[in-house]
Amino acid sequence: MDQLLKLLEQNAKLSTEQLSAILGKSEEEIRKAVEEYERTNVIVGYNALVNWEKINPNDCTAVIELKVQPKRDHGYDELAAEIMRLDEVQTVWLMSSSSYDLSVIVRGHSFRDISMFVAKRLATLESVTSTATNFVLKRYKEHFFPFEEIEKDERRHLNID
Amino acid sequence: MIDYSKILSEKVADLKPSGIRKFFDLAAEVKDVIALTIGEPDFKTPWHIREAGIKSLEKGRTWYTANAGLFELREEISKYLKRRFSLEYDTKDIFVTVGGSEAIDLTIRAIIDDGDDMLLPIPSFVCYDPICKLAGGNVVTIPTKRENDFRLTAEELRAAITPKTKLLVLPFPNNPTGAVMRREHLEEIAEVLRGTDIMVLSDEIYAELTYGGERHVSIAEIDGMKERTIIVNGFSKAYAMTGWRLGYVAGPSPIISQMLKIHQYAIMSSPTTSQYAATVAMSDCDKEVEDMKQQYDMRRRYLVKAFNDMGLDCFTPEGAFYVFPCIKSTGLSSEEFCEKLLHSKKVAVVPGGAFGTSGEGFVRVSYSYSLEHLMEAVKRIGEFLEELKK
Repeated sequence: MDQLLKLLEQNAKLSTEQLSAILGKSEEEIRKAVEEYERTNVIVGYNALVNWEKINPNDCTAVIELKVQPKRDHGYDELAAEIMRLDEVQTVWLMSSSSYDLSVIVRGHSFRDISMFVAKRLATLESVTSTATNFVLKRYKEHFFPFEEIEKDERRHLNID
Repeated sequence: MIDYSKILSEKVADLKPSGIRKFFDLAAEVKDVIALTIGEPDFKTPWHIREAGIKSLEKGRTWYTANAGLFELREEISKYLKRRFSLEYDTKDIFVTVGGSEAIDLTIRAIIDDGDDMLLPIPSFVCYDPICKLAGGNVVTIPTKRENDFRLTAEELRAAITPKTKLLVLPFPNNPTGAVMRREHLEEIAEVLRGTDIMVLSDEIYAELTYGGERHVSIAEIDGMKERTIIVNGFSKAYAMTGWRLGYVAGPSPIISQMLKIHQYAIMSSPTTSQYAATVAMSDCDKEVEDMKQQYDMRRRYLVKAFNDMGLDCFTPEGAFYVFPCIKSTGLSSEEFCEKLLHSKKVAVVPGGAFGTSGEGFVRVSYSYSLEHLMEAVKRIGEFLEELKK
């Protein structure tokens, strides 16, 4: 059912009926498979990829690098759990990098917004020893989708081949 | 003033322009058309095939190859025919052409003389008929039927054979219907042909694009048929290499050597860069072909169900990348259907009549497009059909 996951990963809006036709399985089989994936957290969630900059041009994203001094009883997982709870935080990753430990992706309404968030909410966390904020200037592609159409179909459509 | 009509070859001047030209001219005038018309893959040539072409250029391999094509490519083709169809062809009985198209042209020209009959199942690809006419031959069409899943049957074949019949075109998997001939169907055809001197042009360009588990069988595999068959195949469809213009033929030595003579004089040799790329395609791309096939298969299932759900009877094709729904229930001719659909919903599909008279009442819908594209088109076709009912 790998193919089912790939299809949903690219387009979560596909209906059970459509998936059933595309994959040649019954709707019941598709429904059961999706439920099982949801139950076991293989499918973690569904969301729309929003181009917020179109609604509010000042909206921005930052990738924040956190250096961490893990402590006994308060390691990476515990710190990550604290960060995950913050609404502004989109993504938290533990990295294998020599220069930092956690990567946090944050969205905000302005550069200042995000900088204040880092200063007040992230830098102050116990065991965070330093932060580095990288602002995203342009989003080209996320989750397989280009933000602007990069390639046109250049084939000659009006020919019989 | 020169009267060019007196200068031009009569055979050329008599060729009818493709019946579809008019429709395509109309479609070209409509902006932002959602096209489902195309006969080439939407995938790009797999990267390591492209890389092999690039490397050959970097190494400066920019000369002609042998007339018959690169030896290593012919060897790979020979190995492919062996592993895929258990067919033994010596490299001297294979040569590389400019697309399957040249291979078709050479086969017909090498066999057909003035007044000879060529049998052509229709609907089928548009090139066989004019090439035969240029060679001076007569085209005897054999309409295949929806109730036979658009297969050629032994009875239909037997009824069409005349003392002048020299060649049967066997275009399966079929463009535009997507029909395939399974081993048992080919056995029946072979039964009719074995006692005759009729040759078969087996156009197997879609050989790797079959769905539902059964892989394409070549008629050359059937007892007594290898000596009667010229296999035409190429790289365009399976490897998404249309623009590289590369195909090949394999067949009995006495015929292949004569075809090679025409190729030597008319073409010299096929493009060198393409031949280096194709060598890698043959030896090292089974996985890429399989991946593309899986994508086509999903789209195929989606479209067949969508058309049947919309009330247009749609035969389940087992090959190529087209579906061929019947539009007779709308009361429109296929050309009217296509024009109305184009103007009211900006969706372009090809009238079935373009592929032979028996294609009338059907339209060809290509699925060499992304699922999203197909879904948008299906939505619009659904609206169109609803509006027709009112």
